[in-house]
Amino acid sequence: MLPFLSLIIFIPMAAGIIILLLPAERREWIRRTALAAVVLDLLLSAWVYATYNIAAGGYQFLEQLPWVPALGISYHVGVDGISTPLVLMAGVVVFCGVLISWNVQERPREFFAFLMFLASSVFGVFSSLDLFMLFFFFELAVFPKYLMIVMYGWPKTREYGGMKLTLYLFIGSVVALIGALAIYFGSGKYTFDLLELAKAGFNVEFQKLWFPFVFLGFAILGGIFPFHSWAPDGHVAAPTAISMLLAGVEMKVGAFAALRVGIELLPEGARSWAWLILILATINIVYGAFIAMIQSDFKYVIGFSSVSHMGLVLLGFATLNEKGLLGSGMQMFSHGVMTACFFAVVGMVYDRAHTREITKLGCFFKKMPWAAVGFIVAGLVSMGMPGFSGFNAEFPIFMGAWQATPKLPDLLGGGQISGAVVAIIAIMGVVITAAYILLVARRVFFGDLPQEYSEVSDVTVFDKLAIGLLSAIMIGLGWLPGMMAPMVQSGVKSILAILGGA
Amino acid sequence: MTTTVEIGPMLLAILPEIGLVLLAALILVLDLVTRARTNRNFLGWITATGLVVIGVLSAVFAQPGATPAVIWGGMLRLDNAGFLFSMLFISGAALTVLFAMESESIRERGEFYILLLVSTLGMCLMASATDLVMLYLAIETTSIPLYALAVFVTVDQKSVESGIKYLLFGAMSSAVMLFGFSFLYGFTGTTNISNIAQGLSSASIPLVAVLAVLALVLVGFAFKISAVPFHFWAPDVYEGSPTPVAGFLSTASKAAGFAVLLRVMFVAFPGYSSIWTIIVAIMATASMFVGNLLALTQKNLKRLLAYSSIAQAGYILIGVAADTQFGASGAVYYLMAYLVTNLAAFGIVTVVGRVIGSDEISAYAGLNRRSPGLALALLAALLSLGGIQPFAGFFGKLLVFGAAIQQGMLWLALVGILNSIIGLYYYLTVLKVVYTYRSEEEARPMLSVPGWKVALVLCLVGIVTLGVVMAPFYNLSTAAATAFGVY
Repeated sequence: MLPFLSLIIFIPMAAGIIILLLPAERREWIRRTALAAVVLDLLLSAWVYATYNIAAGGYQFLEQLPWVPALGISYHVGVDGISTPLVLMAGVVVFCGVLISWNVQERPREFFAFLMFLASSVFGVFSSLDLFMLFFFFELAVFPKYLMIVMYGWPKTREYGGMKLTLYLFIGSVVALIGALAIYFGSGKYTFDLLELAKAGFNVEFQKLWFPFVFLGFAILGGIFPFHSWAPDGHVAAPTAISMLLAGVEMKVGAFAALRVGIELLPEGARSWAWLILILATINIVYGAFIAMIQSDFKYVIGFSSVSHMGLVLLGFATLNEKGLLGSGMQMFSHGVMTACFFAVVGMVYDRAHTREITKLGCFFKKMPWAAVGFIVAGLVSMGMPGFSGFNAEFPIFMGAWQATPKLPDLLGGGQISGAVVAIIAIMGVVITAAYILLVARRVFFGDLPQEYSEVSDVTVFDKLAIGLLSAIMIGLGWLPGMMAPMVQSGVKSILAILGGA
Repeated sequence: MTTTVEIGPMLLAILPEIGLVLLAALILVLDLVTRARTNRNFLGWITATGLVVIGVLSAVFAQPGATPAVIWGGMLRLDNAGFLFSMLFISGAALTVLFAMESESIRERGEFYILLLVSTLGMCLMASATDLVMLYLAIETTSIPLYALAVFVTVDQKSVESGIKYLLFGAMSSAVMLFGFSFLYGFTGTTNISNIAQGLSSASIPLVAVLAVLALVLVGFAFKISAVPFHFWAPDVYEGSPTPVAGFLSTASKAAGFAVLLRVMFVAFPGYSSIWTIIVAIMATASMFVGNLLALTQKNLKRLLAYSSIAQAGYILIGVAADTQFGASGAVYYLMAYLVTNLAAFGIVTVVGRVIGSDEISAYAGLNRRSPGLALALLAALLSLGGIQPFAGFFGKLLVFGAAIQQGMLWLALVGILNSIIGLYYYLTVLKVVYTYRSEEEARPMLSVPGWKVALVLCLVGIVTLGVVMAPFYNLSTAAATAFGVY
């Protein structure tokens, strides 16, 4: 059998290196190389998704090679029911990212090369079964992200947004690294292998101490309150393709790593800190939605909506029960596709209108119907409308939250948080989401066409392809949740086993 | 304990040192013979080639055996640590020579290469010296040529000033260190550092006296590694001295200081580890904070690198402070990574500085458009210093932080992390200028001699290899760390 996961990880990296070696004038070669790499990755990730054996469950497509045997570091990849959809999602988003960046004019060589490195990094994290390798790929994204934002981003905020994003994420990753090193030494096994570490049986005190380091460290990249403010600033400052990847894939990288390392290695720690994550995630949902509503910049609306939606993912984690985790798994996929679609549309509008002020835009439905439809589909997903993928993700999360009964620590009285109250507050967030999405959709795509935009052109064929693919996935998954739910369920089952059947 | 070694193997054991002396003599003669020639670039090429030959020959013939051997009447010790460090110094010297050929004021002057070789000789001896007398001689053999190198471009006022400053600070600190050595001899009646450990544990010496001796000795070492509070010379000297020399000072010379520090602390003071680890940990903390915070405001890239190198010394000291084999191997790995990384950074400053005529950070605007290769190299070097994958610096940081956590010194790891964040900020600030700012000169290509390209590519290969294929190098550093511990 082919080493599918390694191919998925290293094809973009190889393509990136090849692109850097090409002469800068060869724009055609550069972007074709990038496209070839992402098409291959999309096909391979679809293949992995389609051939994953749900009945067998567990980690599949395993590959292992020694890396630094003296320290118990190995190159160890494999995917389970949680990470397989994420690999597919990353494949889709990266593919669409290349499509909508097809006409990048400025320094395309660096643009596509760094985009490829970023893709390599996210695939690497999703398929890591070695803690060191996970960190290696996690931070491999630092320099492409930073450089792409400061080189190609929105001139007004790119320096600020790029630096803020990079430092926030670096803080998160080094804090998590400290936790990971503690796990390494604390296990007494001197291995970074996640499967081995999962069997280490850390004592409860150890887990309680180190869980916040690992979970919060990674969750910063997932946009957890109060460390979320890098996200809107970073997303807005970034060029379109990077916004899609940042909000669509990178935030999931953070949430995924928090789940895999934080909750799966330190389940007791997760149980005793669940109350805090539950509260923070709820704040994420409601606060993010409120802030999104008062934004006047089109892209900031979407930026804050990501914060709000990632709150749902984290809320699902915090429930630590079957429904909540299932919803989180689905939401990670659904939100990745949805927000990629949002940012793609925002980028298309901005490229033509040269402004993102919502009050100055109008009636773009006439000019670019594909983009408008894409935005509306993504909007319905983000409101959690039945028939769209968001519903199948958010509904289980709310059910899970309703059932959740996290204990407060003794210091705070030792009582229980009412899951029902949390669920109701979180559902309020969805109502607010509906409000701002409808508001923005009406202002930007309907109403009167401002005079200055009468000459605006329609989107390109590649843009339509990207929007079409993303929308099809969102609608398809809305009608046929069975395409994904059983797979995620098999992943959730093994997490529940770790959590002791709670 | 003392394995008797025949004279033949003993000579073979110091093959690197002999090679360096012969090479220096060869360059001296060539320099005199070819005075009249106009193009004397070959001096640099011969030196670099000679260093490579010495390195290869030593790796083949002078590899230490499984058990360390004490040679030359207890003066030197043939072990993995001394050997690995010698290889490091020789590679550092070779790379420095290649970068130095870029500078017009240096490349045709034989004495530059001779001084560099003699200094490298001293470093090799420092790394394997096991006797205080030998150690002191080695340190002076290293330092005196370096003073001359710092002042090498005599027409440059700054270079002269920096050389004098370096000389005064250096002489002072080595005098203080010698004072400490004399106390050690007085207390224990021996100059052999392994016997000193026994002497210190058997004799009833008041703790205050040992503390004072430790402090005096550490002054000398801290100066060499430019750790706070003996760092004041570094920014001025780095800024003033010729850039390749600054690169050499900040890497090979610092590595030599660490080799001595590790050996003396681990071997001579194991009984007082609870005291010196605290002193070293405090020095590490102070170096990281002072280096990183002062680097934030720098406008000159050489000064920025100087402060960053103070901070880097702080990170490496974390590995020393852990006082474990894991910590020591972390420090050694970090030094290897740091050597290639910082040499690359200073090499780029040499090249760009010659073309642009300025070391100001603002002068680097548009470098990415002007020379994408150089910009990418600078990116690799700075991110490696910042500790970002897939470059060498990350693994070094991981090891030293890990060593601190393993020893229960969580606070030290947290200090290190906080500082990595500050560090990343200013490294990124430089990269921002390189990648985003425009300059009127950006259309003009960079012209230069080919020497630096070889060196830069070698450095980059080193940075990426140490960052991706860690296993063989980690094994080397573990072997070296074991050699420091086993007596």
